[in-house]
Amino acid sequence: MDAIATKPAELLPTQEASVHTNTRELLDHANRDAKRRGLEDWLIVDIDAHHVESVSWNQIVHYIEDPVQRAAALDYHKNRVGAPPYGLSGDLGLRYQSVGGRIPHQDDQKEVVEDKSVHRDVTLTRRAMEGLAVDYMVVFPTPMLFLGLHPQTRMEVILARAYTRWTIDNLLRADPRIKTFLYLPFNEPDECVRMIEDFADEPGIIGLTVPSVRHKPVHHNAYMKVYAMAEERGLPVAFHAGYHWQDQSLATVNQFLGMHALGFVWCNMIHMTNWVLNGIPERFPGLKSLWVESGLAWVPFLMQRLDDQFLMRQSEAPLLKRLPSEYMSEHCFYTSQPMEKTHPRALQSTFEMIKAETQLLYSSDWPHFDFDTPGTIADIPFIDEQAKRNILGLNAARLFNLPTEPVKRL
Amino acid sequence: MRYYVAEESEIGDGERRVVSCDGKEIGVFRVKGRLFAWHNRCVHQNGPVCQGRIYNRVVEPVAEDGTTRFQEYDAETFHLVCPWHGYEYDIETGQHPGNPRVRLRAAKLEIEDGSIYVSA
Ligand code: FES
Repeated sequence: MDAIATKPAELLPTQEASVHTNTRELLDHANRDAKRRGLEDWLIVDIDAHHVESVSWNQIVHYIEDPVQRAAALDYHKNRVGAPPYGLSGDLGLRYQSVGGRIPHQDDQKEVVEDKSVHRDVTLTRRAMEGLAVDYMVVFPTPMLFLGLHPQTRMEVILARAYTRWTIDNLLRADPRIKTFLYLPFNEPDECVRMIEDFADEPGIIGLTVPSVRHKPVHHNAYMKVYAMAEERGLPVAFHAGYHWQDQSLATVNQFLGMHALGFVWCNMIHMTNWVLNGIPERFPGLKSLWVESGLAWVPFLMQRLDDQFLMRQSEAPLLKRLPSEYMSEHCFYTSQPMEKTHPRALQSTFEMIKAETQLLYSSDWPHFDFDTPGTIADIPFIDEQAKRNILGLNAARLFNLPTEPVKRL
Repeated sequence: MRYYVAEESEIGDGERRVVSCDGKEIGVFRVKGRLFAWHNRCVHQNGPVCQGRIYNRVVEPVAEDGTTRFQEYDAETFHLVCPWHGYEYDIETGQHPGNPRVRLRAAKLEIEDGSIYVSA
């Protein structure tokens, strides 16, 4: 026996993470990092996390109001062989997000959930909140974010309403820390108005969302009533990005990596261009827009591009009284994920250009492959503690009227 | 302080032991007969890299005329893939194949009388 002090190491219960690994265990490092940084005492609001609503689709279809479609959906789920979720559109076989299984939590969360008193997604969301040290988590659906391309615009309405009613019953009423944005079936503007009238006052609904993958112009006159309602009720409108590989502009991109990198930005670049150049911030100065899941690097690019072009062609955008970039940094808010961190000086410049201290809101995008922990904000070297507190929670509290006292226990 | 992990004979080729040394986590791997020890903290966001899946490195052979056809696995190179976001590291060098400056932190590994020890 030598003189070196030796003791047995403890074998970790999970040697190799899989789709069965408990979320709490998988996120244990994030939880420990949060404790080490003292984030228990910080308000942390996650503006963009996801659950997989298609797993519960045979429950959700019970909430379809149209009796004919409801009966068809129930029959389909009972009898049709290998049935994908009724009425959902999208490229169901091109879901390569997990890189061939390398990132298991993106594929599924088959972990054991004992608590049967609440929906399984409530437990999974609670575990994610604990792991990421989050006080309030805004939960978005996943495959429904493709519904803007649905050939039947009425189906988007039917499914948006069914999903919303199911979410209120099963997620929002189960835990006041779970929040959501009301899905607007944007291809039917009148139905967006009805959605707001019918559901916007439900506890837990703190904003509105437009899934960005669609071909409708956000400046069309048909939407002005929706924006007026959102402004009057103080409900921010969140444009949640997505990808769309059938988009002709991405038809030559042969890897998911390239398609996803561009697609998640492209849709919001187009909507933002239309939003600003058509003077929506001038027409509805109290309306807050939030740009979700496109990362941040696109914003300085678009600011520079639009400012330069605008000064040469002002007569084409006569509603603007200031530079496009000024609207983008004062009327618009941004969620952080997936934050581009590999070029710190570019990130610093981005933070300055978007006025991150007041306009940026932390988001995780858990459980997706490019999720960000709160540490991505807490570790930034070029902003002070107050800016970090703002981005991690206080900006969201201000925008969505949330309490500023942390409620989590780590 | 050093920590006893296992007997050398207990970790076969392609196998691992991921252990906690009073809270500091280390993964010990055997590849092509040799043992390697890495801290269980990914360079990217501190993810539990040593608990990721192991894949052979993916390569894409380029023909003499500059064309490519299929991808292949390199049977000699093993990558540890961080389960959080997919950063890949060569288990023997600890380096990311796309940026060698991105690398795992090595843990001190000792083998004594057939027993494996690591120091946190
Ligand atoms: S923490 Fe390992 S890939 Fe992100």
